[in-house]
Amino acid sequence: MNITLDINGKATTASIEPRLTLLDFLRDVAGLKGTHAGCEHGVCGACTVLLDGDAVRSCLVLAAQAEGSQITTIEAVDGADRQPGELSIIQDAFCEAHGLQCGYCTPGMVLAAKTLLQHTAAPSREDVREAISGNICRCTGYVQIVDAIMLAAERLQGRNQPADGA
Amino acid sequence: MKAAPFDYIRPDTLDDACACLASHPEARIIAGGQSLVPMLAMRLARPSLVIDIAHIDGLSAIRDDGDALVIGTMVRQAAALSDPLIATHLPLLAKALTHVGHPPTRSRGTVGGSLVHADPSAEIPLVAVALGACLRMRDCDGDIDFDAADFFIGPMLTLIPPTACLYEISFPKPKAAYVGTGFHEIAARRSDYALAAAGAHIEADAHGRVQDIRLAIGGVSDFPQRLPIDLPTDLVTSKTSLAAAIDTALDTVDFVEDMHASASYRRRVVAELAGRAIGDALNEITADLA
Repeated sequence: MNITLDINGKATTASIEPRLTLLDFLRDVAGLKGTHAGCEHGVCGACTVLLDGDAVRSCLVLAAQAEGSQITTIEAVDGADRQPGELSIIQDAFCEAHGLQCGYCTPGMVLAAKTLLQHTAAPSREDVREAISGNICRCTGYVQIVDAIMLAAERLQGRNQPADGA
Repeated sequence: MKAAPFDYIRPDTLDDACACLASHPEARIIAGGQSLVPMLAMRLARPSLVIDIAHIDGLSAIRDDGDALVIGTMVRQAAALSDPLIATHLPLLAKALTHVGHPPTRSRGTVGGSLVHADPSAEIPLVAVALGACLRMRDCDGDIDFDAADFFIGPMLTLIPPTACLYEISFPKPKAAYVGTGFHEIAARRSDYALAAAGAHIEADAHGRVQDIRLAIGGVSDFPQRLPIDLPTDLVTSKTSLAAAIDTALDTVDFVEDMHASASYRRRVVAELAGRAIGDALNEITADLA
């Protein structure tokens, strides 16, 4: 069957088998390897992407089900026009707060954080824990990931900017 | 991990979906896919045809029918969680939904999908049983209604006819002046499958006399079940001990044992959770009466 998806602002059409997951569509058809394949049955959250703005597990969505949707992957986390090598505010906060070690879970964590911060500008640590409760990290012990998302929330609200005239 | 090959169809109407089911004995319906897709990936399910009902008009609506709130089978769990009608009329469902999966599965998973999947630890079936919801299905011969109390018969096993499709769920709205609810569960990790869960819905009249008490438990036996519980109508003011009544009610339950928890652990924990759920419900009523 033929399907068309909007991936990071670009219409992508391909002929696929119905059993192809959105995860495999992104990695193998669209060539976007930033979305990581982990458990491939909905447990680990490494494959989290945004579907019409909300975090979903791309291994639990058939590509056919996503037809006509807008998909955002880690490659365009700050918009499709971001320059290669530039980090979004959330990604930068992960680096600064040591919110990643091996990095395998990081794209999923960043996208889960992005959904949270779109809905809740000033989350509590408890809100952050709930938002990433479906994402497994085997390195950090999560504390620095929560720190990173809290830092990103602060920065996205502009609270780290110097006050006028300071 | 790859699913075995299958055909995929996206019907526009419920009747078309029913016709596909009738003509393909090995077909499966996909709603949100949060339970079916892992089963496909692990090849626990090998349907010949997957019927996607997401694009059928009207299945994603929530409507107020006067005595009942009717939830379309395709209503996403995340949408249900933020719906003002559900928050107002079905507070027990609103509380339970916060325990369903994680935000990324709730954004895809549906109310109806969770009901027909019938995981024994799932929260939405527990609430449907507690509140006496009516599950409305259709097949090629017409409509079939099931009372949630009769619908679940085993782990992932329901009375749904193989050619029928659930299209909406009707939850009766509370009738009394005051409503209090409570929902508690325990799991190995946050939002993981519940090892034990309990939900309570209590209605009281203007004087605080209990009119209706609905207690249901899940995760501890083969399917969610409502517990008949004998408590006095002056429960809100009398502070009657709940523990003995809950313990008696639990005598009817056939507790399961698995690698995660023993039967005696489940009984002990679900008794405590049921007590907390009823306690929360009574506290809400007390606060409203004051």
